[in-house]
Amino acid sequence: MPDAANTRPAPGADGTPAVEVRDLVKRYGRTTAIDGLTLSCARGRVTAILGPNGAGKTSTIEICEGFRHADGGEVRVLGLHPSDRSLKARVGVMLQSGGVPPAMRAGEWLRLMARFHAHPLDPAALLDRLGLSEHARTPYRRLSGGQQQRLSLAGAIVGRPELVFLDEPTAGLDPQARYACWDVVTGLREAGVSVVLTTHYMDEAEKLADQVIIIDHGRVVAAGTPATLTGAERQLRFRARPGLNLDELLGALPEGSAAKESPAGHYIIEGQVAPGLLATVTAWCASEGVTAEDLSIERRTLEDVFLELTGRELR
Amino acid sequence: MTTTLDFTPRPGAAPLSRMVLAQAGAEMRAMLRNGEQLLLTLIIPVLLLVGFSRAPLINVSGSRVDFVTPGVLALAVMSTAFTGQAIATGFERRYGVLKRLGATPLSRPGLLLAKTVAVLGVEVIQVAVICVVALAMGWSPHGDPLWIALLIVLGTAAFSGLGLLIAGTLRAEATLAAANLVYLVLLGLGGVVFPVARFPEGVRPILELLPITALTNGMRSVLASGGGFPAGPVLVLVAWAVVTLAVASRTFRWE
Repeated sequence: MPDAANTRPAPGADGTPAVEVRDLVKRYGRTTAIDGLTLSCARGRVTAILGPNGAGKTSTIEICEGFRHADGGEVRVLGLHPSDRSLKARVGVMLQSGGVPPAMRAGEWLRLMARFHAHPLDPAALLDRLGLSEHARTPYRRLSGGQQQRLSLAGAIVGRPELVFLDEPTAGLDPQARYACWDVVTGLREAGVSVVLTTHYMDEAEKLADQVIIIDHGRVVAAGTPATLTGAERQLRFRARPGLNLDELLGALPEGSAAKESPAGHYIIEGQVAPGLLATVTAWCASEGVTAEDLSIERRTLEDVFLELTGRELR
Repeated sequence: MTTTLDFTPRPGAAPLSRMVLAQAGAEMRAMLRNGEQLLLTLIIPVLLLVGFSRAPLINVSGSRVDFVTPGVLALAVMSTAFTGQAIATGFERRYGVLKRLGATPLSRPGLLLAKTVAVLGVEVIQVAVICVVALAMGWSPHGDPLWIALLIVLGTAAFSGLGLLIAGTLRAEATLAAANLVYLVLLGLGGVVFPVARFPEGVRPILELLPITALTNGMRSVLASGGGFPAGPVLVLVAWAVVTLAVASRTFRWE
């Protein structure tokens, strides 16, 4: 999606990335949460950090935010050490949860956050943009989970930061609230704000991110644009009678193709999806006397890539 | 969704004074809005003032309201600077409020300054209310208001140190329990309404080293007797402030 804008030079006059992490190590007792992690987030871009629970996403982001100290490696945020006080005004933070006194009214808290900054956004307009105007006088504890998330997002951006860290900004949001949040992230990107977010939602990363970084067991296992991660490969899928002998079909397909049945009755042909492929497959089906149903050509999704890299077992 | 907002980065911290006042205002509103806090900071002191001034529950030489008012003023300082602040800060830590504030341009010294301003602001309201009620009951204060202001400031520092020491180390629920327990114990032992002279002679020197006793005795020596600089109580309060604030600044956990 963001390809057109990729040609625009990224802001950040000094040329340093928004975030640069090299060989980061973080241990909690005897557990190594982050194990030599290296990544870089470009200025003016949206970077999504994906990973299973416990992969080290929040630890990484909280070290960048200055909440935790690294046990090893180097971290630079806007070219500075994360503990540099000058970053406080330049970096917006959205915690995964909490952070607001339960009895404080939504509008009151956002106005307070705005008062800490020299040129803040209008809190009322920001509440409106995030659909919270009606709840401006509602105490934080009476807001729904999704409303609390949106208020927290508003607090991260009200100071007009150069860089924002959003830790699972859309977790638990209903579809309307998710779209409102995506709309804000897109708006931030268009305005030249660097965004680093963590998420469990693959479609979110695919839609929003210029760059996706997949981490697991405290290390980066893949990084790139959503398109490079999912690759150019296409898959041809169809359903038919289970137990077909695929050897003959493979012989008729171009070199480098693969065919498998998974699960029973569901066939997947991988490789170069050339114009002749469809004809070859349907001709073979006809010769076998079967009808291919739900025939489709699809790209791999980010979710396929993610599960391939991080495995399917539950954690 | 029709509002246009310009997200173009324009970062910058507000001046420290504006940040501190904004945070202090928010904390003051929170204290005055909270029902339990209000019970502690205003209702209980005023009830004790009226009750012990009217009813012959204690034996003192001279006017009862002249004896009770300085103690109740000391109690008001303790309830806001110690109990209220400890409980509020404990829950702020639990709810990630302190963590989130750590990501704003408001520095930690700035936050502590804001908390102090808020506590002093609430104390001004408490002192005003207690004085009006006491005067209406025939209270005749003596002494130099300067010494009273000094005692209140030092008492606030000592009790804030004690409150933050508890809030920064214990869990929020434990802080709630500990802060209320200490409040009750000090209320009973510190000469607030029961004269310290009624306790056995052996324990009196120990009681007089408590911050509440020092504050009560200091207030009483000035307001009831028109005494000069309350050197003993000032010394005790300074010692409590220095020790508790030093230990709290070392042991305080923000998360």
